[in-house]
Formats: sequence, C-alpha cells, structure tokens
Amino acid sequence: MNGKNKEPLLHIIKRGSIPWYRAWGIRIAAIVVALIVCAVITMTVTGEDPIQVYLTMIDSSFGSERKMWVLAQNTAMLLGVSLAVTPAFRMKFWNIGGEGQVLVGCLAAAACMICLADALPNGLLIAVSALASIIAGAVWAGIPAFFKAKWNTNETLFTLMMNYVATQLVAFFVIIWEVPKGSGKIGIINQSTELGWLPEVFGGKYMLNVIIILVMTVGLYVYLNYSKHGYELSVVGESERTARYVGIKVEKVIIRTMLLSGAICGVVGFLLVSGTNHTLSTTLSDGRGFTAVMVSWLSKFNPFIMVLTSFMLAFLDKGSSAISTSFGLNHSFSDILTGVILFFIIGCEFFITYKLSFRKAAGKEVKESV
Amino acid sequence: MFDIVSFFPRAVMQGVPLLFGGTGEIITEKSGNLNLGIPGIMYVGGICGVIGAFLYEQTAVEMNAFLTIMIPLLSCLLGSLLMGLLYCFLTVTLRANQNVTGLALTTFGIGIGNFFGGSLIKLTDSEVPSIALSATSKVFSRSLPFADSLGWFGKMFLSYGFLVYAAVIIAVLTAYVIKKTRVGLNLRAVGESPATADAAGISVNRYKYIATCIGSMIAGLGGLYYVMDYASGVWSNDAFGDRGWLAIALVIFSVWKPNLAIIASILFGGLYIIYLYIPAGTQLYMMELYKMLPYLVTIIVLVVVSMRKKRENEPPAALGLAYFREER
Repeated sequence: MNGKNKEPLLHIIKRGSIPWYRAWGIRIAAIVVALIVCAVITMTVTGEDPIQVYLTMIDSSFGSERKMWVLAQNTAMLLGVSLAVTPAFRMKFWNIGGEGQVLVGCLAAAACMICLADALPNGLLIAVSALASIIAGAVWAGIPAFFKAKWNTNETLFTLMMNYVATQLVAFFVIIWEVPKGSGKIGIINQSTELGWLPEVFGGKYMLNVIIILVMTVGLYVYLNYSKHGYELSVVGESERTARYVGIKVEKVIIRTMLLSGAICGVVGFLLVSGTNHTLSTTLSDGRGFTAVMVSWLSKFNPFIMVLTSFMLAFLDKGSSAISTSFGLNHSFSDILTGVILFFIIGCEFFITYKLSFRKAAGKEVKESV
Repeated sequence: MFDIVSFFPRAVMQGVPLLFGGTGEIITEKSGNLNLGIPGIMYVGGICGVIGAFLYEQTAVEMNAFLTIMIPLLSCLLGSLLMGLLYCFLTVTLRANQNVTGLALTTFGIGIGNFFGGSLIKLTDSEVPSIALSATSKVFSRSLPFADSLGWFGKMFLSYGFLVYAAVIIAVLTAYVIKKTRVGLNLRAVGESPATADAAGISVNRYKYIATCIGSMIAGLGGLYYVMDYASGVWSNDAFGDRGWLAIALVIFSVWKPNLAIIASILFGGLYIIYLYIPAGTQLYMMELYKMLPYLVTIIVLVVVSMRKKRENEPPAALGLAYFREER
C-alpha cells in the first residue's frame, strides 16, 4: 500500500503457540475493558455511579438464595443448548436451529403432560415426556441433517427456517390447548396435581435440572474426546475427503451427530417445561439457540469451558436487565451491554492467535491492548 | 374470488424490506463475508431514521420536503454504515468468526433499536407504546401523481413510495455491477478465492470492507422503508420481527442473484401475508399453520436447488472464511 521500499508500519504474525495463562490473561483483560466501556455507556445514559451499577448487577444475581437458583437455572439451560450445538459445530455443521429443536422438545413434553396426565402414573409420565422430547428434538435436527448428508443442502438456512416452523407449530398448539379459551395462553399445566413435574431434590428447586445438565456436560466431554464417534466427527469437520479416504461414512456421521444434537436440545426442552416453567409458549427458548452458538464458539467447543462462558453470559443477561429495571431503562439495554461485551471477547481472540509488531520495534513484541 | 389487485401491492410492500436486506446481503456475501448481523443492522437503520425524523419533526418550524427525506435517510445510512464497519473491523481486520460476530451484532442491533425506540416513546409521553411520525411518513409514502388515474395498473405498479422503486433499481444495478463490470468481477474473485484475487493485485480487505459496508447501508434502508412507509411512520418495539432473517433466507432463495431477488421478495411477501387471504372461518388456529408457509417454501426451494446441483447456484466458495495472506 505504501511506497515500494517502505516496510509496512504494522506487521501481523501468527503465533505458533501461546501459554494458556497468557491466553486467559488476554481474555480477562478484554472482559475488564468491556466492563469499563459498558460502565461508561451506562454512566452517560443514566448518570449513575458505575460502581453502584455493578453492585446492582451482582446483587441481582447473588443477592438471595432464590436469585442464585435462578442464575444457576439460566446457566444450566444455556449450557444445555450450547452442549447440544457443539458436536455439530465440531463437524463444521452450522446448526443455528437450537431454538427450534428446544421448542419442539418443549412441545412434546407439554403434549405428554396435557394428554397423558390421567392415563399414566406420575413416574411413567415423566419418563414418557422426557423420551418424547428427546425424540422430537432429534427428529427436528435430523431432517436438515438428512438433506445435508444426501444433497449437501445448506444447513445454516435450513435449521434457521426450522426454528420458525417450530415456533408456528407451538403457536398452533397453544391456541388448541389454551386455558381459558381465547386467552392465547396455556397457563400452568396440571397446577393442582403437579403431574409430570420434575420433583425437587436435595432441597433445591432447580437442583435436578442442574444435575442433569452437569452430567450431560461430562458425558459430552467424554464422547467428544474419548470415543470413536467423537473422533470420527472431528475428522469429518477437519476434512471430509480425509474422512472418506479412511473409510468413515460421512453421511452416517452427519446424521448421527445431528440426531445427538437434537436429542440434547430435546432434553433442554423437557427440562424447561417439566422442570421449570410447567407451561408452553413460543418464547420458552428465549433466544438461547442463538446465544448458544456464541457460547460454544467462545469456549472453543470445550464443554468444561462452556460452563464458565454460559455462566458469564447468564450473569450478564440477568445483571444488565437488573440495571435496566432499577435505573428505569428499557429492558433492551441489557442486549446492548451484552453485545458490547461479546464484541470485546470476539475481538480479543485476534490477539491470542496473532501478534503485532511495529516497524521500528521489529521482532520486539508489542504490548497487547484490546 | 381472490383479489390480485389488492393482494399484489401488499405483497410488494411486505417484500421490499426483504429485498433491501437481501440485496445488501448478496453484495456482502459476494465478498466472502457471511453477515448474520443483517437483522440487527436493519433494526439500527430503522431506528436511526426514526431518531433523525423525530428530531427534525420536533425542531423544524416548517417541514421542508427535501430535508424531511434527507435527514432520516442520511441518519439511517450512517447508522447502518457504522454497524457494517464494526462487523468488518471484527471479521476482516481481527479475523473473528463471522457467524459468531454476526449473531452478536444482531443481538446488539436489536438491543439498540428497541432501547432507543423505547426511550423515544418515553420522551413523547404517549398512551400507546409507539412513536408516530406521520408527517415524515406522508412524504416517504407519497405515490406517483398519476397512479390513481390508471386503474388497476396504477394500483399494482405505481402506488408506492419512492423507496420501493429505489429497492428495485438498486437490485437491478447490483445485478449489473456484479455480473458485467470489472469491479464486480474483482468482487466475485475476492469471494470465490481471496488468495487468487490477492495474487492478481486486488486488495482483498478493501473489497471486503467496501462491499460489506455498502451492503449494510442497503440493508439499513430496508429498516427505514419498513418504519416510514410500510408502518406509516409508527415505530413500536419488535414490530420489525424476523424480517432480517427472512432477508438472509432470500439470498439463498434467489441463488445470489439480485435481479431474481426482486421476484423472489414479492413472492416471499405474498407468502408472508397469504394467511390473511385464506378463509379460516372459526378455526383461528389454522392461521398459525398458514404462517409457516414462507418458511416451508424456503426449505423446499433450498432442497430443490441443492438437488439440482448447478454450479452457478453455489454460494461463493470462500463464504464465511477470514483471509490471512500468510496462511497457505
């Protein structure tokens, strides 16, 4: 770009490797800077003391036992969807249909709770709804996977469209089952009998949800890193041709992995209906299918890091909506703050993968700043 | 009998925001950037136009037709340009993952739209949760003067505000530039194989930046059209809905051809509102099923296109990948 003999001012070099503590140092620095920027934004909008603002955030998540449970529940649900999309992402199958897969899971669970409540004993009812949710989620993910495997149909758009089909399907059934008629809402299902509700264990309202998700986290980690299936899907993700060459049936791997993805989404849907909300609406999934994409990618597809990432995002979401409420701002303010923080986290990956060196200080490393 | 003369204009008006978004996204994707932030950008385009118009309506003593159009238009373009720059900075300069950046941009953009929308609503102290900019909207939706005198023809083709024609012209122009000019050839080269383009002396980053920013600005106009013309100047939060995602669907639906996108967007618009024209009788819940139609049709088109496997119907080969010269 400059004159011919001039060395460019800035040179970008790809790092060979970076010690983990420095990588995390950069990430934490990015989050700190992001929080400062958010504080400045909040200050200009509200005119409040930023420390006060952050205290409000922390209080909204950790202020009482109930708040902490809500945070744990939100984290678990986000983590669940993130786990679900991860195997597909490792295979470079861009499943952004987590939303729809969760919703059909919710729908299946609600359907069982409404239609089978009188026919089955409670324990069996819960088992049947869980199974139905898993199957529904798997089918919903399996359809795009089948077409991807067979004709290489674009999966990003297919799964995206499936979200809307699922939303409309739920809207359809909400009107059919609405209580009372004409309200457009289902209300709490089996409120008096609590049939089909997940029981409380160990005294915590959402304990069972959290335990199930954590077990799945460990399970998925093992599946991805120590099983033949996990290995196969990584190979398919890296290079389809290599996979074919070594005799992996790519079509089979794609469909199998997506069935697993959908099944996990189905479990989350089941937990949302049976274990949390006990109702059905089109907004139950609450954008988690999209947020999960970010969680999964930010965690480098590692289930254990996902626990941290989804905790952070759930906290941010809770905290920034608390800011909005207590300072009389519109609730969407939390989306802006979440967006800003995400930009910083996304941007900082650059400084982990590459390093900058300036012309004068050739060879010398420049202090990273975000 | 199905009334095409009343149905067609409504389909067009539904389709135009998608056409803006789709054309913008086609330009962006041709440069190899998959911008999933389009829904957010369209929100920002809409709200920036609203803010501009709001300030002008509040301060101006006498509304000047030229300024009434230019102020919202320019603020809309500026807002969406900033969003495009942000996306480019993250994905081109910092080489971040495009899917993730796009999704974050959508969250951010919808947040901005609803936040400022909500704040403006609060400022106006109105009873309903919306802002009405009827004076501005009147100028935006002014139709051609001889539309009324031409019967059904006038109603079907001439009864729209100027942004509708702008959308069609932009789409045709884009198709021409991409297909027939040197710049378009270079752009396609950048999207298909950035390394080759780089070797041929094309500045990959500059093309990516410019294409994405222009694309964002065009998409932003979709938001502006929606508020000012389609919604008669009424902004209410979340009213824009999922049209941004449909715009992205439109890109694949029209296999990366802006001129095809014109027809496809009208078809889409028609499918979007067809449930209003299907007699549902007392079974209101059937409406919800009819609302699935645009999505189902997209899926079917997607499958059919992929089954036919024509080479020119493929997405740009380097779509979604960041380019780093020193990587092999």
